[in-house]
Amino acid sequence: MSKQLEHDYIGLSEVSSMESSEKLTTDSEGSNGLNLKATELRLGLPGSESPERIDSVGGLDKNGYPLGVLKNLVSGAKRGFSDAIDGGSGKWVFSGSGGSETDLAKGGGLFSPRGGNGGGKHLGGSESNNQHSSLGTPVKNDVVPQSPKPMHEKKPQISAPAAKAQVVGWPPIRSFRKNSMASNLPKNDEDAEGKLGSGCLYVKVSMDGAPYLRKVDLKLYSTYVELSSALEKMFSCFTIGQCGSNGVPIRDGLSESRLMDLLHGSEYVLTYEDKDGDWMLVGDVPWEMFTDSCKRMRIMKSSEAIGLAPRAMEKCKSRN
Amino acid sequence: MDSKRKMDSPESNVLTRSSPFPDEVLERVLGLVKSHKDRSSVSLVCKDWYNAERWSRTHVFIGNCYSVSPEIVARRFPNIRSVTLKGKPRFSDFNLVPLNWGADIHAWLVVFASKYPLLEELRLKRMTVTDESLEFLATTFTNFKALSLLSCDGFSTDGLAAIATHCKNMTELDIQENGIDDLGGGWLSCFPENFTSLEVLNFANLSSDVSFDALEKLVSRCRSLKFLKVNKNITLEQLQRLLECAPQLTELGTGSFHQELTTRQYAELESAFNNCKNLNTLSGLWEATPLYLPVLYPACTNLTFLNLSDAALQSGELAKLLAYCPNLQRLWVLDTVEDKGLEAVGSSCPLLEELRVFPADPYEQDVVHGVTEMGFVAVSYGCPRLHYVLYFCRQMTNAAVATIVKNCPDFTHFRLCVMNPGEPDYLTNEPMDEAFGAVVKNCTKLQRLAVSGLLTDLTFEYIGKYAKNLETLSVAFAGSSDWGMQCVLSGCSKLRKLEIRDCPFGNEALLSGLEKYESMRSLWMSACNVTMNACRRLAKQMPRLNVEVMKDEESDDSQADKVYVYRSVAGPRRDAPPFVLTL
Repeated sequence: MSKQLEHDYIGLSEVSSMESSEKLTTDSEGSNGLNLKATELRLGLPGSESPERIDSVGGLDKNGYPLGVLKNLVSGAKRGFSDAIDGGSGKWVFSGSGGSETDLAKGGGLFSPRGGNGGGKHLGGSESNNQHSSLGTPVKNDVVPQSPKPMHEKKPQISAPAAKAQVVGWPPIRSFRKNSMASNLPKNDEDAEGKLGSGCLYVKVSMDGAPYLRKVDLKLYSTYVELSSALEKMFSCFTIGQCGSNGVPIRDGLSESRLMDLLHGSEYVLTYEDKDGDWMLVGDVPWEMFTDSCKRMRIMKSSEAIGLAPRAMEKCKSRN
Repeated sequence: MDSKRKMDSPESNVLTRSSPFPDEVLERVLGLVKSHKDRSSVSLVCKDWYNAERWSRTHVFIGNCYSVSPEIVARRFPNIRSVTLKGKPRFSDFNLVPLNWGADIHAWLVVFASKYPLLEELRLKRMTVTDESLEFLATTFTNFKALSLLSCDGFSTDGLAAIATHCKNMTELDIQENGIDDLGGGWLSCFPENFTSLEVLNFANLSSDVSFDALEKLVSRCRSLKFLKVNKNITLEQLQRLLECAPQLTELGTGSFHQELTTRQYAELESAFNNCKNLNTLSGLWEATPLYLPVLYPACTNLTFLNLSDAALQSGELAKLLAYCPNLQRLWVLDTVEDKGLEAVGSSCPLLEELRVFPADPYEQDVVHGVTEMGFVAVSYGCPRLHYVLYFCRQMTNAAVATIVKNCPDFTHFRLCVMNPGEPDYLTNEPMDEAFGAVVKNCTKLQRLAVSGLLTDLTFEYIGKYAKNLETLSVAFAGSSDWGMQCVLSGCSKLRKLEIRDCPFGNEALLSGLEKYESMRSLWMSACNVTMNACRRLAKQMPRLNVEVMKDEESDDSQADKVYVYRSVAGPRRDAPPFVLTL
């Protein structure tokens, strides 16, 4: 695993890699030739989903993944957001100013690389397993952005306790345990590796609050829409009062307005963990790229998803 | 009888001259003394006893691999069959020690190869172990039986393969949490077909798949297997098959406790657990959900140790499970169980002696989850025998701790970690001095203490004054001045290990312990206010101490960023890497 890969706090690598290059571009006119407008993910409130979006869903926009679909799902117990972000092994931290998402959106605000690159512990494969590079040495973050530097044990000392900076080796959890816990809570990486080849690609899907997970075969679908409806069906059993008397969910794909009442306006986002161990928002990249890099998925409350797609959240907020 | 009379008769100065017993008898008797502390005492009685002890000793425990050399050990103890070695300073577990620091086992193995060819057991903690070393171990020591590795690094599953392949008499392979390079599960298949001696197998912390077929066959033919801890890739269905093969297990670590089972499979699993009447230890349980936990219930009656630190249980699930575990003595949980879960602990586990609560989200500072002081207090009311606690929380009060130690005065190990550095009592906003004051005043048997929260020198005054049995002290982000550390050094007569990070203790404090350090195993000070000059002075005045400094990249030349001081009869290290300055 490329421990050398620098990752900013939201897990997007500076080094351009297949899946992340598009994310950082701020202008939607795909400068690299991709139809970024089509892949642009927009979050909106239930009912605010613009009609044109829905239209485009069926057609050319293969990434028109309407998050509205997931609003059917009831909020469940909140899982630590940090699970998603970095599996608990190193909090992504903002600058002292509490850096806003907008800063990040501009020019891909890159924060101090998460401690991974060789971070003083070559804990070998199982530790450095794509669990976002952070072998547990998160960096002090009072400088934004820091130039990537080798993440050795030579961490800067901590600032006054009042500043909630991440400190090396604190809390004192054995790094080995930390990595195994980190991989436990959002569920193990290894299990999520699809059984590639022979035409099936099973990945685990978890949903906040659900008592158990499901597995889906990504090869069965060719668009985000298909995937989202499949997930919707799968997780509909966790919704309240969604079913008619015959037990079949009674809403069609996108009647968010009714659901908004049920969910008190809460939304869900579908995220996935890619090969590098970073949690990404589903829908940004072309479908094939997604299936290639997706290791597992998680349906999380969008309130927890802050930072995953700052641009999108910004738009979401501006729509409110 | 005769010998006693002889001893009383005036003309014999027996104790200093010839022993009343033939050497062989003395050796035989002393051979029954197991505790290494007792053995140390025995060896100090007189020369005869020293010799009898050294010839009869079969197990040696070395708490700091650099305090002595393998040659010295071999010279003194000719008949060793079992060695326990600890290497790096404990803070290396938290990434405070760079890679390649040392503590390599290989030099020891080379000496053992010639002096202890019949070596049977090796237990290593925080040592660097390479695959070459493991291969050397496996091929050189024909009688080798037991290998236990904890917090070690430098090896891969290839090394395990070498062990499995060559060690014909293996009884124990215990791979705990380590920095192992997991290249695949093929190592398990390396145990030969006719290999049947295994009693302990722990590969819970490896992430690659092993061949289940090989595992099942191995478990079936090793009729003496008592401890089995599998990794999370082993499914419930597979677990059930393993349990069918080995109902005699006393310690079990399950794999993933989550799989969609048919009703029949569920029943079979339940029945398999029902047959395991000898289980006293249970761990693993990854991804355990309320759906499957009930299969465990029949197996829990005799449980004394339940390790749920890999299962993010909620309070209700825990409460239900604990109802079936009346004999529990040790419990490890994640803080997902919250205070409510701990209340259940208090009410269901009256025999509880040890509790460890680990944080599920240690780096999440804004989340208001986990456990608080209330949970700890609840446990203390219900579990008066509690003497070992490791507790990670985000808030604590002085009053709560005072209540806790009033309920449980027998604490021997009190490790409290309030996760935000320098966090005061959240109700009164005062420092947590009184909390730890209460601990040391009430708990006279206290051997190990880890402090946290906002602490002034007063805490250390208390410690120095009252903690007379304290052996290990861990301090982080605490204290106000040198005075604090000086109190500890002068007051805690039994102190053996002192580890300090990010505290305002400086040269005066360091040097106040000049004479003390030789009676201690080690001192660690990092990110404090100690200078290179002070370290040099210490090194100069105390030649039997090794004073080692590691500097941070950005710090200025005069600061000694990481200081590690330890007594040694082996002199300064000869294998120190360039970043370790031996003064």
